[in-house]
Amino acid sequence: MAAYVRTQMLAPAAPPVTERGAVKWVRENLFSSWLNAILTGLAILTLYSLAKLALPWLLHGVWMANSLGECRTIIAANFGPDASGACWAVIRTRWYQWIFGFYPPEAYWRPILSFGLLFVAITPLLYSDNPRSARRLVGSVAVLTIIGLALAQGPFLLLLLGTVLMAGCFALTMIGPTRLWPITAVYPFLTVFLLWGGSVWGPLMAMLGFVILGQVYRALNRRLGVVMATSLGFVAACIWWTALQGHVSTALQSVIPLDILAVDSDKMGGFLLAFVIGVSSISISLPIGILLALGRQSNMVLIKSLSVGFIEFVRGVPLITMLFTASLLLQYFLPPNVRFDLILRVVILVTFFSAAYNAENVRGGLAALPKGQFEAADALGLDYWQAQRLIILPQALKVSIPGIVSTFIGLFKDTTLVTFVGLQEPLRGITTVVRSDINWKGIYWEPYLFVGAIFFVVCYGMSRYSLYLERKLATDPR
Amino acid sequence: MALVNDMPKPAFRLGMLIYDTRYRAITIQVMALILVLLFAGWLVGNIQTNLALKGKDINFDFLWRRAGYDIDQQFIPYDNDMTHGRAVIVGLLNTLVVAGLGCVLSTILGVVLGVLRLSKNWVVSRLVGVYVEMFRNVPLLLWIYLVYVVLSETRPTPRDFKPNADGVTNASMNLWGSVAVTNRGTNIPSPLLDRPLPSPDWMPINASVLAVIVVIVGSVLINRLILRRANVVQEATGIRPTTWWQSFGVLLVPVLALLFAMGFHLEYPVMAGFNFKGGLNISHAFTALTLALTLYYAAVTAEIVRSGIQAVARGQSEAAFALGLRPGRTMNLVILPQALRVIIPPMISQFLSLTKDTSLGIAVGYLDLRGTLGGITLNQTGRELECMLLMMTIYLTISLIISALMNAYNSSVKLKER
Repeated sequence: MAAYVRTQMLAPAAPPVTERGAVKWVRENLFSSWLNAILTGLAILTLYSLAKLALPWLLHGVWMANSLGECRTIIAANFGPDASGACWAVIRTRWYQWIFGFYPPEAYWRPILSFGLLFVAITPLLYSDNPRSARRLVGSVAVLTIIGLALAQGPFLLLLLGTVLMAGCFALTMIGPTRLWPITAVYPFLTVFLLWGGSVWGPLMAMLGFVILGQVYRALNRRLGVVMATSLGFVAACIWWTALQGHVSTALQSVIPLDILAVDSDKMGGFLLAFVIGVSSISISLPIGILLALGRQSNMVLIKSLSVGFIEFVRGVPLITMLFTASLLLQYFLPPNVRFDLILRVVILVTFFSAAYNAENVRGGLAALPKGQFEAADALGLDYWQAQRLIILPQALKVSIPGIVSTFIGLFKDTTLVTFVGLQEPLRGITTVVRSDINWKGIYWEPYLFVGAIFFVVCYGMSRYSLYLERKLATDPR
Repeated sequence: MALVNDMPKPAFRLGMLIYDTRYRAITIQVMALILVLLFAGWLVGNIQTNLALKGKDINFDFLWRRAGYDIDQQFIPYDNDMTHGRAVIVGLLNTLVVAGLGCVLSTILGVVLGVLRLSKNWVVSRLVGVYVEMFRNVPLLLWIYLVYVVLSETRPTPRDFKPNADGVTNASMNLWGSVAVTNRGTNIPSPLLDRPLPSPDWMPINASVLAVIVVIVGSVLINRLILRRANVVQEATGIRPTTWWQSFGVLLVPVLALLFAMGFHLEYPVMAGFNFKGGLNISHAFTALTLALTLYYAAVTAEIVRSGIQAVARGQSEAAFALGLRPGRTMNLVILPQALRVIIPPMISQFLSLTKDTSLGIAVGYLDLRGTLGGITLNQTGRELECMLLMMTIYLTISLIISALMNAYNSSVKLKER
């Protein structure tokens, strides 16, 4: 009997061919059932027909030409008379218009510098407690900005200055990302000065208004509470801005003239304009949106109904009507002879628009908080603003991040609509300009692909960042 | 014994309005009210001054004056001798048609895509993923433009559909010779009736169309009756009677009979002279707007549907499988009813955005509400204030109606809590 007992273990047999490796994967993922097999077939057919249409066109792309006709001649000469091909030459010859609009070429360094500093300024917001990512971001931005400045062919002194500035920013980041906060605070004024140019005293004195607001608030906060102190500070700042600031900056300019080439708003266009409108509206609309959401939750009847009315009105009308309001109606609402810049008007209306949407996002976050959090804050003896700042908002904002970021993405995409009030945004404004050039008449895929690709990169980047943030802030174990 | 209530109340002093948090709320509200009133007064004052300076007044009389412009797509009779008011209604209908069509089509496509996105099939889910990200991350305006430009610049002219001197045609019609896409528009067959019902003048809507609608609504109601009876039988005996052929007959036969009685047929577009005659000509503006809205919002809907289905706890489907339900029934009876609760609120706001985004028809010259009231009428009459006010009110009303309808639906499917 014992002769039949195996004393050695058999080595485990390899699974059958259909149950391992690529075959198994294909079987389970592509052909697990009849329906799946049909779907796979359809998908592959779709991919094939798309590739058959687009691949030759992409592969036959021509970069070196000066007109569409020339492109077609080159493609016909190289690939036969019936071949189709992309004419990327239009991007090569006109890319600067899509990026800068009609900004004077000798001043290209200004938008480049301010775009680079934008990332430096938002680094402490994005990666306040992640020094490694912060260093990586600021480092790469610094290098890219310096390269950009070198390519923009400004004076050498400027390149040197830009390099020193960027190196300084990087050094600050090395010490700690939070050291960059002062740059964030100064950035709005710096960028207004860089983009629009003119006297340096205007932005500086405008900044002084905020200093006044802060000082008044600090002096009165203890006695009068947050709302009163802020409103009084705001009144003081408004008096400074409207009555005094203009005279003071003119006087200072005449004593110490410090100015650079002034650039009109109608010279701005392309992605420069999209970013100016997008970034300023995004950054102003979030605080306003939070205030509106708090107003909507407030116990004060008047504040609540004002907030609800504003939010529902703005959310109920299309953005285009708001833009037309900016371009057509605002002149009726302002005193005669008061005219201000179209870009500024558009920014204000777009800000209102996205503030209403952000208010709803934040309200969703507030509603998701358990009631116990509010009660606990009261029980600790915190006053309204302390409770909001320390307990309620940090949790509510965390919940509303996905919504807020998708509002931002929507807002950035919606900056294309400003074309209908006559601004030269990249998608229609600049593309129309290029397409109406006799050399490029009849070109359509390439410009739209180019503009679409840039929008895609920016929006997709934002949505990936939001995913990162959600993961970072997730505290509930799941 | 002294009760807490007997404590002497501190006398009210004026300073408490500022320093006492109990009264400060009132002070803040009164101040806010005063500021708002002041601001409103300032605005009204400015409007009056500006209107006086321009020699204008606020007057809606222009709505009853002759419009004098043509609208190429109209769902109610209109010509340029009619009033601005009529033109506005024509534009409003154009807006509503695009919005309705966009909502329905994007929902259908979006639900299919959202389910496919979750498919275990690697190729399919990746392909749908690429589609969704591509459409979501690029401005809607770009899609509208691209469709419009491609249609109107790559398609052949109507003349190419005609044999030239050598007897060669450069372009041919699609779908068995029924549809012709030219650079000027899409020509499709139009439904015609040989023996339409007589429609008296006082009826705002064609009598034949009304008859068809009445018959369809009637059929649907009868079908519901049949289904309800089937439910009763099933609950009493445990066996569900077969009803599909009854439903089929009730839903289709009356409509087909009515259409046959009225002599329904299709009129095909044919080449005559230099352009197509007969059939319907659909402008590229309409096609581009509808197609772009559908494709873009389908991507958004797909994400909403995906997140809704993923939000249903995994245990639910496992429990359903454990009970022996097949995958299809698990989806219908267990997953979807729960996913709907998550899906509907974002869908409401998505329908709202789609409706508002129809105003992007401006990009391709589609004469919707914005194109008529906020476009040509505004420019012709020069009454910016009135036109913008009216336009915003109409859009606001549409939005409020949609959100009221969808909220009612939402409360009917949401979790019933006691």
